[in-house]
Amino acid sequence: MILSQFLVLAAALFAFGVYGLLVRRNLVLILLSVELMLAAVNVNLVAFESYLVTSQAIGQVFAIFVITVAAAEVGIGLAIVLMIFRNRRSANVDDLSLMRW
Amino acid sequence: MTFLLAQEHVAQAGDGGFWADTAGVMLVLPLLAFLVILAFGKRMKYQGGEIAVGALAINLVWASVLFVMNMTGGVLDQTTFEIGRIGSGLVFELGWVVDGLSIMMYFLINLVGLLVFIYALGYMHGDRRVDWFFAAFSLFAGAMLVLVGAPNLIQLIVGWEGVGLASYFLIGFYWEDLEIVKAGNKAFMTNKVADVGLILGTILVGVSIGTFDLAELGRAAAEHDQTLGAVAVTAGFLLFFGAMGKSAQFPLHIWLPDAMAGPTPVSALMHAATMVTAGVYLMARTFPLFEYLGADTRNIMVAIGAITLFAIGLLALVADDIKKVLAYSTVSQLGYMMTAVAAGGYTAGLFHLFTHAFFKALLFLGAGSVIHAVHSNNMSDMGGLRKDMPTTYWTFVAGSLALSGIAPLAGFWSKDEILATLGQEGYTTVMWVAIAGAFVTAFYMARCVALTFHGSYKGHGHPHESPPIMTRPLVALAIGSILFGLFNIPGVSWPGIGNFTDWLAVREVVMGDHHAESMDFALAGIGLAAAVLGLALGWRVFGPDKGTQQMRDRFAVPLVYPLLRRKYFIDDLALGVVGATTGPVARFVDWTNTYVIDGVINGVGGLVKMLGNFVYNGVDQLGVDGIFNGLSAMTDGAGGAVRKWQTGRVQQYAAAFVAGAIILVVLFVFVI
Repeated sequence: MILSQFLVLAAALFAFGVYGLLVRRNLVLILLSVELMLAAVNVNLVAFESYLVTSQAIGQVFAIFVITVAAAEVGIGLAIVLMIFRNRRSANVDDLSLMRW
Repeated sequence: MTFLLAQEHVAQAGDGGFWADTAGVMLVLPLLAFLVILAFGKRMKYQGGEIAVGALAINLVWASVLFVMNMTGGVLDQTTFEIGRIGSGLVFELGWVVDGLSIMMYFLINLVGLLVFIYALGYMHGDRRVDWFFAAFSLFAGAMLVLVGAPNLIQLIVGWEGVGLASYFLIGFYWEDLEIVKAGNKAFMTNKVADVGLILGTILVGVSIGTFDLAELGRAAAEHDQTLGAVAVTAGFLLFFGAMGKSAQFPLHIWLPDAMAGPTPVSALMHAATMVTAGVYLMARTFPLFEYLGADTRNIMVAIGAITLFAIGLLALVADDIKKVLAYSTVSQLGYMMTAVAAGGYTAGLFHLFTHAFFKALLFLGAGSVIHAVHSNNMSDMGGLRKDMPTTYWTFVAGSLALSGIAPLAGFWSKDEILATLGQEGYTTVMWVAIAGAFVTAFYMARCVALTFHGSYKGHGHPHESPPIMTRPLVALAIGSILFGLFNIPGVSWPGIGNFTDWLAVREVVMGDHHAESMDFALAGIGLAAAVLGLALGWRVFGPDKGTQQMRDRFAVPLVYPLLRRKYFIDDLALGVVGATTGPVARFVDWTNTYVIDGVINGVGGLVKMLGNFVYNGVDQLGVDGIFNGLSAMTDGAGGAVRKWQTGRVQQYAAAFVAGAIILVVLFVFVI
């Protein structure tokens, strides 16, 4: 296995995440897309650590940090989504265009 | 400060402590009452009368304490506050003087004022505008207190004009009647003529000695100051002219009889404690200046006083209106005071002012009580009221006897003091005129009492005695009229309190007060005889005896009687001169106003209007407004264009973000 294979995987994952973020209309799916982008970053961190840095597992530690932050982010994000749904009976991002002129 | 102290009594004078330091309360309270009654009077039970009475009652506490303190040791104090100055020279101050003269006036104004106010509660009950009456009445008393408390000529003028204004309000109180409005105007304008003298005199004094302070003026006169000497005669005459107006001296007396148009309590207060005493007070306040002028100059003032006391007294013989009889009597008595003060009899003039206040207030309130009962001012509608109105009758008789100068009532002592002073100063002729005046006084008072209270009733309805709220002040004033003359028996010093002469002697500059040291029994006898003769003759002519009608016909001497009825034609002359001169002058001024002044003003106004139009249309509308409108339109347009980018759709923002990131990646990877 060579490094570029992992990088291609990560790039593909990130691209899927961006795609989902831009085209999905459901807030939950948008959050899932964001998770996908974070996972791509984690793959990159572990891959670079394994191939370029020889010791001390720095990339893995960072990956753990990212996972932790992502978990917290999803917690808050889902809470926001839940409140929006309760108030407006909808989780469609197109219905939430109030932040404008 | 140097005090020119002449007598031991003055040397012992204290500063009055708390009571003198807070004497300014007396000056302020009635003015406050004026404002309070104006604001809330309509909602009060007695329409503000209780506030007016309360203010004077509190005042009387201060006045009485100071009066007693002055009796028992003397009080000499002055409190001033600076309110401004011109350069380093002329200082303007307000404050209050506490010395023998002002304490006497404080006591007099507050005591007589309080009694008249209480009387007015009954007299004005149910009348029109009672709240306004008490407001103006408070202003009247307050302005007079400001006047007598004045430490300098400026404050004196403030009080002086305040008194004039309040008297205008009160004389013209029943303004629905045009004649009454005219009487108010006449009083106000006659006083204004005299006020010019006071104001010019004040300016002259202030400019020559560099201060308006009355004590400084007295000191400058006492020390024969050269700068003051240069203007003393002119200033003295100007101040005297001012005093002639307020104190109704011939020929400026014409306003006072007409001032009877006001409600009777107003006349009582005006003739007793306030207004007409202001002129005599001014003369007494600036007494050192008049002493300084010398006897030659003062002879003219004595002559004016003598003419007033005799000639105007005669007019009271023919008046039918009871209030006019009393009014002419007041003018005549003011003549006595003026003559005395001008002749150098400081104490004599002021003592007559003091006693006169009590019996003249009493007579006016008695007349008011009668008018209240018969609803007419004319003595031809009265008569025989003796039985119906006993309290009014007896107090009125007491006042009449006091005014006539019957011993031992108040008027006897004060009039005798004046006669003695005139004799002592060498004014023998004037002294005999004054004795003749005493005869006339007794004559018209006998006529007044006989026509009002004796004979048969000639009016309508059935008259009743006035309520107690009106008769009790009468009794109080009657007691004063009977007893207060004993304060100043020549040569008699009452144990512990001295006498009136001592009380008045408490002042900063004691100079040339000529008063009798002992009783002159011969002169007193002549004066008393003149009074008794006058009363007897008056009773013989007008009393309810047989043959009276022939007596009256004989009294109506041809030429003299019409002359007196027309008041020596002075009113006609004054009004004629004023009428004849003011018409053309007014027309000329009107023409000048319409064609010259208005032309200039209209021209200037037109120019300014054109300029204004140009500035508005050209500069403001086109220039300034154009710039600002353009700027705001630009801002508005730019904002309108840019805000469309804010769609509120989160995914569009994210897309823009991703596009930006891609552009940056491309730039970093391929270009750089």
